[in-house]
This record gives sequence, C-alpha cells and structure tokens, in this order.
Amino acid sequence: MGTTIKHPKDFYAGMMYFGVGAAAAYIARDYTMGSAVRMGPAYFPTMLAILLMIVGAISVVRSFLRKGENIKAFAWKEIGLIIGSIVLFGVLVRGAGLGPALVLLVLLSAWASPEFKLRTALLLAAITTILSVLVFVTGLGLPFPILGSWFSM
Amino acid sequence: MEILANLSLGFSTAFSLANLFFCFVGVVLGTLVGVLPGLGPVATIAMLLPITYSFEPVTALIMLAGIFYGAQYGGSTTAILVNLPGEASSVITALDGYAMARKGQAGKALAVAAIGSFIAGTIATFLIALAAPPLAALAMQFGPAEYFSLLVMGLIVSIVLAHGSLLHAIGMILLGLLLGIIGSDVNSGAERFTFGQPWLADGIGFVVLAMGMYGIGEIINNLEKHETRDVMTKSVTGLRLSWAEFKGILPSILRGTGVGSFLGILPGGGAVLSSFAAYAVEKKLSKNPIPFGQGAIEGVAGPESANNAGAQTSFIPMLTLGIPSNPTMAIMIGAMMIHSIQPGPAVLTEQPALFWGLIVSMWIGNLFLIVLNLPMIGIWVKLITAPYHLMYPVILVFCAIGVMSISNTEWDVFLMAFFGVVGYVFNKLECEPAPMLLGFILGPMMEEYLRRALLMSKGDFSVFLTRPISATLLALAVVALIVVLLPTISKKREETFKE
Repeated sequence: MGTTIKHPKDFYAGMMYFGVGAAAAYIARDYTMGSAVRMGPAYFPTMLAILLMIVGAISVVRSFLRKGENIKAFAWKEIGLIIGSIVLFGVLVRGAGLGPALVLLVLLSAWASPEFKLRTALLLAAITTILSVLVFVTGLGLPFPILGSWFSM
Repeated sequence: MEILANLSLGFSTAFSLANLFFCFVGVVLGTLVGVLPGLGPVATIAMLLPITYSFEPVTALIMLAGIFYGAQYGGSTTAILVNLPGEASSVITALDGYAMARKGQAGKALAVAAIGSFIAGTIATFLIALAAPPLAALAMQFGPAEYFSLLVMGLIVSIVLAHGSLLHAIGMILLGLLLGIIGSDVNSGAERFTFGQPWLADGIGFVVLAMGMYGIGEIINNLEKHETRDVMTKSVTGLRLSWAEFKGILPSILRGTGVGSFLGILPGGGAVLSSFAAYAVEKKLSKNPIPFGQGAIEGVAGPESANNAGAQTSFIPMLTLGIPSNPTMAIMIGAMMIHSIQPGPAVLTEQPALFWGLIVSMWIGNLFLIVLNLPMIGIWVKLITAPYHLMYPVILVFCAIGVMSISNTEWDVFLMAFFGVVGYVFNKLECEPAPMLLGFILGPMMEEYLRRALLMSKGDFSVFLTRPISATLLALAVVALIVVLLPTISKKREETFKE
C-alpha cells in the first residue's frame, strides 16, 4: 500500500478528520435541525461536521498526489506505561485512596524512562506521595481519602 | 489624564502584599518552567489553575500571567546555554545565542536577552494601557453579527499564521469547534455528543483537554526522544553590556518590540511567530559584520524582545474582546470564567481594578524577571540539567490530582489520559494542537453569536455583509486567506517557518 499513499501523515490525518466529521454528522441526525432563524441543536454541529469531512477528503486525496515523510514508529512501551499509570490512578483513587494510587502512578510511570532504577523510583514515589498528601489533603483540604474504603475492614 | 488615573488604580491593586507576592511566585514559576526541560507554560498554568480557586480573581490572573511571560525569559536561558529552546518562542534565539555562548559570550547574550525582554515588556505594557480602552469601547458597539465575523476573522488569521500545513490548521480548528460543542446546548437544553454520559453533560473541561494534549502527550513525546543536555558554560560571567554595546543593539530591541507588539495582537501570532518575524527583520537590516547564525548579537536582541512584547500584547484581544489569540490566553479565559468573570469588553468597565491591576502587575513582573534572570542566573543554570526521569512522574501527579480536584470524578482522569494519546498521535501526524484549543474555546461562543445574529436578521445570512463592521472584518479575513494562498507568498511563508 506504500506505493499508492505517498503522504501517510496527510492520509491518516485526513481519515481522522473525515471519520470524526462523519460520526458527528451521523449522531447529530437525532437532534433537531431547526432553521436559520431558529437554529436547532443540530444546526451548527452539522455545518462543522460537513466542513470537517470536506477538509478530511481533501487531505486524503492530496496524500495520493504529494510526497511526504513516513510516520515515525510509535513508542508503545512509553504510551502503555504512562497512559496505564494514569488510568490506574483513576481506578484506584476512590477505592484504594490517594496514597496507594499516587505510589503506583509514580512507580509505573517512572518505569517508562530508560534511566529507571527501582530504588530511586521507590524513593521518588514515597517523597511525592507524602508531599502531595500534605499539600493537597492536609493543606488545601481536598476531599480525597488517603487510604480508601478497600482498606477498612 | 485618564490613563494616569487608570494606571494609579492599577498600581494600588498590584502593590497589595498578596498580589506582589503571587506576581513574584508566578514569574519564578514561569522562569522555572522555561528552564526545565519538557514542561511548558500551557501545561503549568493548567496544572496550577485548581490551586488558584481560593484566590481573589485578580491575584489568580496576576500569578497565571506571570507564569506565561516568565517562561519567555527562562526559555531564552536554555536556548543560549544548551542550544535547546525551553519554549517554542525561543527556538530562534538558540541560533545566534548558542553561537555566542560557544565563543565565550554567553554572559553578553543572556544580558541582551534579559534587557531586551525588559524594554519590550515595558513598552508593551504601555501599549496595552493605551490600546485597550478604545478597543473595548469599540467592542461595546458590537452586536452578535460583528462578534461572529470577528471570530471568523480571528480563526482565519490564526490559520494563516499557523505553522506547517494550512489544511491541517483548518482541520484542527474544526475539530476543536466540534469538541467545544459537546455537552448541554444552552438554548434547547438538549445534550449533544454526550453518549448519555452524565460526566459529559457539562462538556469537556478545558483543563482536562489542555493537560492531556500539552502535559501527558508531551511527556510521551519527550520520553521517546532521549535527549541529553550539556550546559555550554558551567559558570556564566560578563553579564553586562557596555553603554556603546547597549546603544548598538537598542534599534534591534525597538524593532523587535514593534514587530512583536503587532503580531502578538493577531490570533495565532503571539510569542512564537513574533520571534521568527523579528529574526527575519534583523537579518535584513543588520549591519553587523558577524553573519547571522554565527553569533550576531542582533539575532538575540530582536527575537527576544519580540517574543516578550508579543506575549504581553496577546493580552489585548483577550482582555478587550474576550478572544484568545493563543492557547495560554485560552486558559486565561478559562481561569476568568472559573472565577465567574465573563471575558469581554465589559471587564474594563465592570472590573477596572482587575484589569489595570493585571496590566501593572505585568510591568512589575518584568522588573522581578530582570533581577531573577541577571544576578541570579546561576541558580537557573543548575536547573537546566534537572533529571527529566525524576521530573515527569511528578508532573503526572500534579495533572492527576489537579483534574480530580476540579471535577471530583475519575472520568475526567480517564478523559485526560485519552487526550494524552490524542496529543501524541497528533504530534506524529504533524497536526498542531494550538488551533484546536482555540477552536475549542471559541466553539460555543461562535454558535451563540451565529444563532443570535440569524435570529435578529430573521434567518438572512446577508446580515454579516450588510453591517459595515462585520463586512470589514470578513473582508479582512478573505484578504488574509487570498494573500497566503498566492503562490509567491506561500513559498515565502514556508521559508520563514523553516529558518
């Protein structure tokens, strides 16, 4: 397929614009269109969605005509660890509490660095967690449990 | 003299103990994020926004503004000493600044950057004080049709001034406008694009979007780059300019200030474009025997003055029209809304202390910055090599707690993670996130003005062309678009951005 798509960045960006535009236009069918005098909830989004589909189509067509660089490889390990650590934080923060959620967030995300050392990461996790709890919960009074309901027997 | 009365109101506001203190905190943080690798002002302001909830609105804005223009100073330090621009706006400074550092003139380059920035900041502050009241008065006459046309023009100009591909800038703006519409429709109450999820009913939080794209996405980007930082000079000496040297570069500083002040007002312009344009101007006009790129002092003075002037004047459209000209201003608008201040021309009349206090604080902030960046440069130099592998987990902690503290729902944490991936993918596809953020803020405004304008004209679209101010704004937008599409100019535009 590398022979027909000359500009992969334009191609995939165009597909994304077109896809989002098409999806938005499709979902907006359920809303009231209204008229120019009384614009319904669907009026403006549908206009935008159509424009976005046009931009996407141009970008895709252009990708067959104009040459461009290849998309550089994705850093899957880094994506997985960073995004995973944040999602895990979100999952844990209520049940397990801010303390455990922060420790795991720091440890897991620090692992993504090539300079990762377990001992430094543990130390960093401890310091960051204690300081954050002191600043945000004790100091600013944010309503997070330090240890969540999962730990209370 | 009305301006003197205004400025004295500003001084009395800005000189309160709390405001002075948080102005100082802001510029210190700004310099810090400018110097530290991989952390920009947009992400920092987004992270600190929750902390400012309990502040007075004017204090919050003073501190957040300080982060923004402080970062312009800090960014130039890394550009000169490590050849790595701390901020996008100091990319161009690295060319001649680093060349000067290699010749042992690091001190002189830093001094020029700081003095130039200070002069530019001072002049730009006065420009805001002069230009804002008449602009706000003009904007008071605007009806919905004028506002809609103004937004259209603003978005088109930001497309024209965007880096890279025009088509992608348009695509990203439209994407942002659509994202901004998610949530309940103010008029009908209908929920749009919420997929029945209650946590989407109020729309996507601006902080969630900004932290995801600029905070998380950037971290993944930085991690795959594995860059190393070697500081050029361990100890920086000769941090002064002789009077003759100062007189020699003053024209460059003033030219840079002029270019920066003008471009800062334009949407999508701001600090980055200003520095590029000022460099091009200096290259044309300089009589320096040292070629540009090999340590010409004008190549530091012009762009550094321009990026600071541009950073300051980008507050003009934000404060008078309620329209952001860059992502940082978009966050500032978000900050004002959180403190229930509706940005727009009414701010000047209804909140004069806030308006003038903020402006005067910028000048005070610049004074702090020149002290922070000249005598105390040694401290910042040490921070340049701060180990990133210890920094980014802490940034993540701030982002995660920050998002939770705003909305108190873990869904926003997941949404932030999602936008982190989106930001990373956009970077791979060379789609700039800045236009998307502008669109995101402007989406709901644009829809509302369009709706009201069409309601008043009974559905007649010609209203945008029959009202003179509206027609002029649209004509300007068309001219801007034509100009940039002309083949000769589009070639020149590419050259400017390549340099």
